[in-house]
Amino acid sequence: MNPEIQQFPPSRHSTAGHVQEHGHAEDAHHQESAHHEPNFWQKYIFSSDHKIIGIQYGITSLAFMWLALMLMLLMRWQIAHPGKPVPILGPVLASILGQPAAGGVISPDLYNSFGAMHGTMMIFLGIVPLAFAAFGNYVVPLMIGAPDMAFPRVNMASYQAYFLGSLVMFVSFFIPGGAAQAGWTSYSPLATSIPTHGQLFWIIGMVLLITSSLLGAVNFIATIIQLRAPGMTWMRLPFFVWAQFVTAFLLLLAFPPLEAASLMQLMDNVAHTSFFLPTGLAVGGNLAHISGGGSPLLWQHLFWFLGHPEVYVLILPAMGAVCEIIANNTRKPIWGYKSLVYSVLTIGFLSFIVWAHHMYMTGMGTKISTFFQATTMIISIPSVIILTCLFISLWGGSIRFNTPMLFALAFLPMFGIGGLTGLPLGFNLSDVHLHDTYYVIAHFHYVVAPGTIFGLFAGLYYWFPKITGRRMNEFWGRVHFVCSLIFMNIVFMPMFAQGMAGMLRRMSDGGANYSAAMNSRAGADVVGGLSDNMMSLHVWILWAAIALGIAQIPFIINLFWSIKHGEKVGDNPWQATTLEWQAPTPPPHGNFEHVPHVYRGPYEYSVPGHDTDFTPQNEPERPVGSKVSLATAH
Amino acid sequence: MEIPYTVKPRPDTGIYNAKVGIWLFLASEVMLFGGLFSAYVLLRVGADEGYWPHGWLDVRLGTLNTVLLALSAITTLLAWVACKVGQFGRFKFFHACTMALALTFLGVKMYEYHDKWIHYEIKLKDGRFADGHMIASDDTSVTIEGRYVTDEKALYDLRSQGPIPRDEIKISRSDILSMENYGPWHNTFLALYFTLTGLHALHILGGTLVIGYLWGPGSRMWKKDPERFTNRIEVSGLFWHFVDLVWIFLFPVLYLT
Repeated sequence: MNPEIQQFPPSRHSTAGHVQEHGHAEDAHHQESAHHEPNFWQKYIFSSDHKIIGIQYGITSLAFMWLALMLMLLMRWQIAHPGKPVPILGPVLASILGQPAAGGVISPDLYNSFGAMHGTMMIFLGIVPLAFAAFGNYVVPLMIGAPDMAFPRVNMASYQAYFLGSLVMFVSFFIPGGAAQAGWTSYSPLATSIPTHGQLFWIIGMVLLITSSLLGAVNFIATIIQLRAPGMTWMRLPFFVWAQFVTAFLLLLAFPPLEAASLMQLMDNVAHTSFFLPTGLAVGGNLAHISGGGSPLLWQHLFWFLGHPEVYVLILPAMGAVCEIIANNTRKPIWGYKSLVYSVLTIGFLSFIVWAHHMYMTGMGTKISTFFQATTMIISIPSVIILTCLFISLWGGSIRFNTPMLFALAFLPMFGIGGLTGLPLGFNLSDVHLHDTYYVIAHFHYVVAPGTIFGLFAGLYYWFPKITGRRMNEFWGRVHFVCSLIFMNIVFMPMFAQGMAGMLRRMSDGGANYSAAMNSRAGADVVGGLSDNMMSLHVWILWAAIALGIAQIPFIINLFWSIKHGEKVGDNPWQATTLEWQAPTPPPHGNFEHVPHVYRGPYEYSVPGHDTDFTPQNEPERPVGSKVSLATAH
Repeated sequence: MEIPYTVKPRPDTGIYNAKVGIWLFLASEVMLFGGLFSAYVLLRVGADEGYWPHGWLDVRLGTLNTVLLALSAITTLLAWVACKVGQFGRFKFFHACTMALALTFLGVKMYEYHDKWIHYEIKLKDGRFADGHMIASDDTSVTIEGRYVTDEKALYDLRSQGPIPRDEIKISRSDILSMENYGPWHNTFLALYFTLTGLHALHILGGTLVIGYLWGPGSRMWKKDPERFTNRIEVSGLFWHFVDLVWIFLFPVLYLT
């Protein structure tokens, strides 16, 4: 066995005793809630319990992902049928938003703000809160055997800041002029030059969201460092915890520069400074009344300093969840656990020095481009190691094809496609052709949509029984999986072709005007714009996207129906080894009845000589054969 | 189960939870101010030749504020030491000094802001500039205490010019092409100055509020749980030292260059 076991002094007993001697204000709050039954508001709205906060994050973020999906469907309609009123939803939009959606037609300005908000909501209000905050909050303390997060009230403040920020973002749709229109990247000077207040709301919303993720990140790291149960050494942490640990560091260190940039953009907006506004800037044909001297590149550097680590914030928690599910459903240890850990740490470090590969086209200089091209190629190595480890883990396993496993398995090739199609974008020569085309959209959506979101679906189906004590319906889970997989691919695969054909990503009519103009100028036999074939793919994508939206309905119904009517299961329905399954279901306030002691690594499946094919981490070492472990002495 | 290591350090890491938390928070603060400092570097390097200001800020006031914060760092440390050795009265005294020093710092900062606020650059129709502090203004004329210059660049490099004349100048509004005070909109130096020192002043204010709470109502914890209270003083002290440190960078970068 690992000699590290004995290093950890089981000092928890003495410390716990000490804690009880002193009645702290914080604990007083806990004791109070134990004394008299908390009412609905105390229990579900202003709760400091990590599990409730995780659920709050989960529900809010799923709602925003649904909203962002709806925005996308409206945009796809406008792209496929430019200038035509949106069926069914058109009149609703016209009555809510007024002029920008007059007659149920999405105007270019409205298209721009839907585009900006689709990105912002999916990333900052949807996937990060779901992957990091929801799963991390619910699962991480349970996995490491902790009673709660290290700072429960900070945790509550984190959710409240997130909720306020998302509220500000949501409200911005309904102000005069509508929501922000400068893309989720909010490049200056465009973002500062648009004469509506949407951008102001965006900035304020972002500052709140950054505050929220900062509080969350501090809490996660402190919890993982300080609250691991006795015997839970670093190399016994489940890979999911490692992934969340690195993610928290990325949020902690990459987000503040964007907060700095947001503050400066706020000053540009409100105090009329020129941080990002160059000398001689003309807006609407007139010289802008500014002092000038600013640098638009500065915004891009600060934005992408967050923006690229953010990509790993999106993907790492999903990788972690997939790793847990694959180990559990292949019934064998994960292959190359240490390689996984070192790879994820390497990714975390390298992700801070690849940001300018988003900026090859800005004219920042070929030497800088070459540097970032090199680091970008290097960071693909640990990503490939992780994916390879997960693939090899399947080898020789007796695989259980349940819904979480299906999503986890689909994650591997989907993320593979997303990752590999990123290489041509990382090389600055090929990026010149592909930059800002539909190819880029297809690339990062393969990483995030069938990649991360499938990983998160897998996690939802997998941990649902721990949260509710019931399993989600297996049949409808499979329907959800098959339909999602098919339609995801029909939506995103054609975009590679469109992008390589030269279709730019931000045209509100999908390139119709551009093609018409170019093709007529070039003459009958030369096609200067986009071919009809490429244009007609828009219609395919539209219907596949609608079908993808419909395919989520069984999931939504399944999610809520199963809370009350799902199949009842015990504490450990998947026969898993990690600690969260050894806690009562649903875990009470404080999680475990006794402090769990950890005696082994996270993936001891099918250990020869054991009665069961899984050995929980907290199962004491038994005298097997002649070997008697020292751990039994405790 | 209760949350462990809220007061006593965890044996294998050697620190208690809140201390891990504050160090992580400070790491993110380093990145926040780091982003702003890198903006300073980029904008200064990219400024037009001769148009980066020198000597616009009063070094004497900057030095005074540096001394005030350095002293407050010492009193913060002494307040924590007083808690450690169980002398509550001394703690009260030293942290009272900390707050007084912090408030004086903010007062000096306010005076400096106000000084920039009433400082006007006036572009005249004859091509000259009038530059100085506003004394009076009405519908027909503006009175400033300052000087005329013909070359705009003379307004930027004050350090190589010797004493700047402060004469009372009355200018008719009909001679004025445009006028603007030295607010953040005036140029990127002032934008950086107001943003950086403004954010820093907010940190000072926040730190003062926290120390004020621990000094006032929060100090009741001393009787019940002195060890936990001492930890709170230590953690808030770490934050305070960080805020001091930021000023140690701000002072040379803004005042001395």
